[in-house]
Amino acid sequence: MTTTGFFLLAILALGFLITFQIAKASEYVSILKGEKKAFEQNNRINAFLMVVFLVLGLIGVWWCNKLLYKKTLLPYPSASELGTNIDTMMWITLAITGAVFFATQILLFWFAYKYQHSDKRKAFYYPHNNKLEIIWTTIPAIALCVLVGFGLFYWFKITGEAPKDAMVVEVTGKQFQWIYRYPGKDNTFGKKYFRLISPGSNDLGMLWNDTVLVKETKGGGHGDHGHAPVDNKTVIKADPAGYDDIIQSSALYVVKGEPVKLVINAQDVIHDVGLPHFRLKMDAVPGTPTTLWFTPTYTTEEMKKITGNPNFEYEIACDQMCGNGHYTMRGVVKVVTRDEFILWRAQQKPAYAAYAEARGIAPANAAPADTTQATAASAAAPVKLANN
Amino acid sequence: MANPEMERSAEVSAAPFTDGNGHHGHHKESFITKYIFSQDHKMIAKQYLFTGIIWAIIGGLFSVVFRLQLGYPGESFPILENIFGRWATGGTIKTDTYYAMVTMHGTIMVFFVLTAGLSGTFANFLIPLQIGARDMASPFVNMLSYWFFFLSSVVMLSSLFVQTGPASGGWTAYPPLSALGDALAGSKLGLDLWLISLALFVVSTLMGGLNYITTTLNLRTKGMHMTRLPLTVWALLFTAVVGLLSFPVLLSGFVLLLFDRHGGTSFYLSEIYLSSTQSALPYVGGSPILYQHLFWFLGHPEVYIVVLPAMGIVSEVISVNARKPIFGYMAMIGSMAAIVILSFLVWAHHMFVSGMNPFLGSVFVLLTLLIAVPSAIKAFNWLATLWRGNIRFTPAMLFSIGFVSLFISGGLTGIWLGNSTIDMHVHDTYFVIAHFHLVMGVAAMFGMFAGVYHWYPKMFGRYLNNTMAFIHFWVTLVGAYLIFWPMHYQGMAGMPRRYFDYTQWSSFNQFEGLNQFISVVAIVVFAVQLLFVFNYFYSMYKGRKVTSPNPWQANTLEWTTPIHPGHGNWPGEIPEVHRWAYDYSKDDRDFIPQTEPVQTPSQRPVTTA
Repeated sequence: MTTTGFFLLAILALGFLITFQIAKASEYVSILKGEKKAFEQNNRINAFLMVVFLVLGLIGVWWCNKLLYKKTLLPYPSASELGTNIDTMMWITLAITGAVFFATQILLFWFAYKYQHSDKRKAFYYPHNNKLEIIWTTIPAIALCVLVGFGLFYWFKITGEAPKDAMVVEVTGKQFQWIYRYPGKDNTFGKKYFRLISPGSNDLGMLWNDTVLVKETKGGGHGDHGHAPVDNKTVIKADPAGYDDIIQSSALYVVKGEPVKLVINAQDVIHDVGLPHFRLKMDAVPGTPTTLWFTPTYTTEEMKKITGNPNFEYEIACDQMCGNGHYTMRGVVKVVTRDEFILWRAQQKPAYAAYAEARGIAPANAAPADTTQATAASAAAPVKLANN
Repeated sequence: MANPEMERSAEVSAAPFTDGNGHHGHHKESFITKYIFSQDHKMIAKQYLFTGIIWAIIGGLFSVVFRLQLGYPGESFPILENIFGRWATGGTIKTDTYYAMVTMHGTIMVFFVLTAGLSGTFANFLIPLQIGARDMASPFVNMLSYWFFFLSSVVMLSSLFVQTGPASGGWTAYPPLSALGDALAGSKLGLDLWLISLALFVVSTLMGGLNYITTTLNLRTKGMHMTRLPLTVWALLFTAVVGLLSFPVLLSGFVLLLFDRHGGTSFYLSEIYLSSTQSALPYVGGSPILYQHLFWFLGHPEVYIVVLPAMGIVSEVISVNARKPIFGYMAMIGSMAAIVILSFLVWAHHMFVSGMNPFLGSVFVLLTLLIAVPSAIKAFNWLATLWRGNIRFTPAMLFSIGFVSLFISGGLTGIWLGNSTIDMHVHDTYFVIAHFHLVMGVAAMFGMFAGVYHWYPKMFGRYLNNTMAFIHFWVTLVGAYLIFWPMHYQGMAGMPRRYFDYTQWSSFNQFEGLNQFISVVAIVVFAVQLLFVFNYFYSMYKGRKVTSPNPWQANTLEWTTPIHPGHGNWPGEIPEVHRWAYDYSKDDRDFIPQTEPVQTPSQRPVTTA
């Protein structure tokens, strides 16, 4: 242990000792003074501290807001249309709960001070008043109904069907990384199957080949019983729609002003696509795809100007504990204009290209992004051959 | 002929009182039957409190450790290596250690401190004393309840020492993370022990709860109608009901998880490919969301299991020290009953963004915001009780006022989180941490402190030291607000929970200074809790002695027992009750104990004009 460690512990021990001595001394003093006098003095001090706490607390609330408000997301507009609804909902709720907060806290500490013990006064025997109870049952009930009304109106808007023209992007979470998939020119996602995942070559388990799956059986018993192995085989056909799918991990590219629908998956444990700037969040659940849609309203470049931060990026934060690397599971959203998006997509090679190349499949079939669906479909043939 | 056996039985029959079960009050007890395998509800209460305090120190210490990492990411604190060995090599906290601490802090605080430590202590201590019973309906089952809790504690404690570490996937233990040891080291042996420990804990809670309910319903003394019960007993009764109905569901969820872990079933697991082992797992067809439903079906009532006893204690303490009847006694009971019913209908508000059907979510928005109504009634009633009172600021009263303040502050943000629209943004951020620590964490601790300060004279025949108590209260109240108030702002920035380090995030690294500040305050607040622990043990032996059987001039029955009540509580007859517990400042009297008969009109002195 270092000297500073000892030093700190010594200070702590000293603090304890001093507090303890004061505490003991004050007990003796109270015996000397008489219990009643000591009680009255303590009571006055504590009652006074109640008011001090109230005043300092209210100043603290104001000061804390002054220091921290600018560090939240609220000084800047939400980056999605739905996010604006969520902000409105927060302001409505803040107005109502804020009023209740100040009213009740002020009453609480003020009553505590005002009605401190005094020999001259007696407490007022006031066991109940049904009228009052009805008032403070109905008013909160009405206020909460208003909040439920607004809340559900926005909730159904947010969770409702995405517009038909929305661009669909698949987001897959795995320990500890996000993978984004775009459907390519055919606008259709190729099928995938989790048993075909192979890190590096086929990260999502795309059905790029016809595959024969042998059902796993528990070791030992199988051979002895002599079951025909055919029973345990399943043939999965390749899905040509997947040959032009773009799969990458660098960033989620979306277009400003155009709705985008995320289809969210997880490969191993539960993750969560947290989009603080868009005010949205949705879990990624293994085995159960979830969806989330929104319309980005500011490009990354525009947001850099709005926030005055030249390094601004929209971040995807994993918001569901997913393992030791949870805190490193960072993704980036690039909101771009339509032109920039077309340019970006033209530069992307379908993931199948690299896969085919590595396996020595005819390069002609490793279709670039602008390949038509017909070429992609014809690519199926050599795969079958490769399998045979 | 001096037959010791004969002598003993003679002594027993000469004992001044026996209860209806033929249970004897004054027979000689050995150290083991008196302090260890005791069947006296008061001793069992102390055992719960003692164990709870030890757990609170461990749980609090863990929070200090992970706050060190959050405030000073990556920095080295050589003392940590002395304490934690290879879990903090070189004095820096490892990711494994951090997540284990976070998980254990939650588990320990929610279950071992605020469930067993709070309702275990006060249900045991107060129910028989306040309803006028010699002991629990079944003292033996009551003893077993403590020892199952003890066993559960031992298993949980031992999980801290296994090679692969204790559970570290969060206190909610969501599968698949908690089901797959290859996804997280803490989900290996540590999680099995975690599950076994909590299964034992459920057994303990059920045995305790059955006893609390039976005792309250069947063993009330003559005249103690249900509507004359102090609110503490009502609160503890409701707590036991909630626990009895919800804990078994948690157990079932855990059993299914154990099957998934070791039995090859797929209740919660489906289509999993693990990159750490590069293998696709055989599970298909399960749903991780099922676990979340089962977990939160306990998990949400659990927060009321934690906060209801605190509410009961606070109601009693405020009434006694304001020298006023609790305002709206029937409304207080009614609102608690409403909370009990609604507490079973709000669980899925933890799951708005889990992928659950949004329509289902909307139903839970309505029900969740509805539960704010009974909570509001309670808060207003406490305020009305203080109004025109004559307030004595005993340490218990201070903590009760603190409870009301914290409960309001934390409760109001519940209206934010219960609204799925806002939850979409702040779910699983620091906003949530701020909310539940204020409303059920610190507030329930305040209820527990209020209870300890108020009934300490009954437990040990001595007072706690006042000066230390005042320091304890003010530092804890100010500290709690300093720690958790700013976290709302971090949540408004979307800062996620359970992150080991925020430095690489451009959206969240602006809070570096604030995180340090919070960590420093957390250490100070923890140190002051140690002052309380010291006060607790010091005063047991050296505290000012209680000289009057009713030191707070209270109405309830526990103060009609001797200063040091034996097993059986009342040396003579059990007192009869004639009125409710809240006749304070009535008819020019400061207080009228429950045992005092109500004068009928014919008995009143007749004044003739």
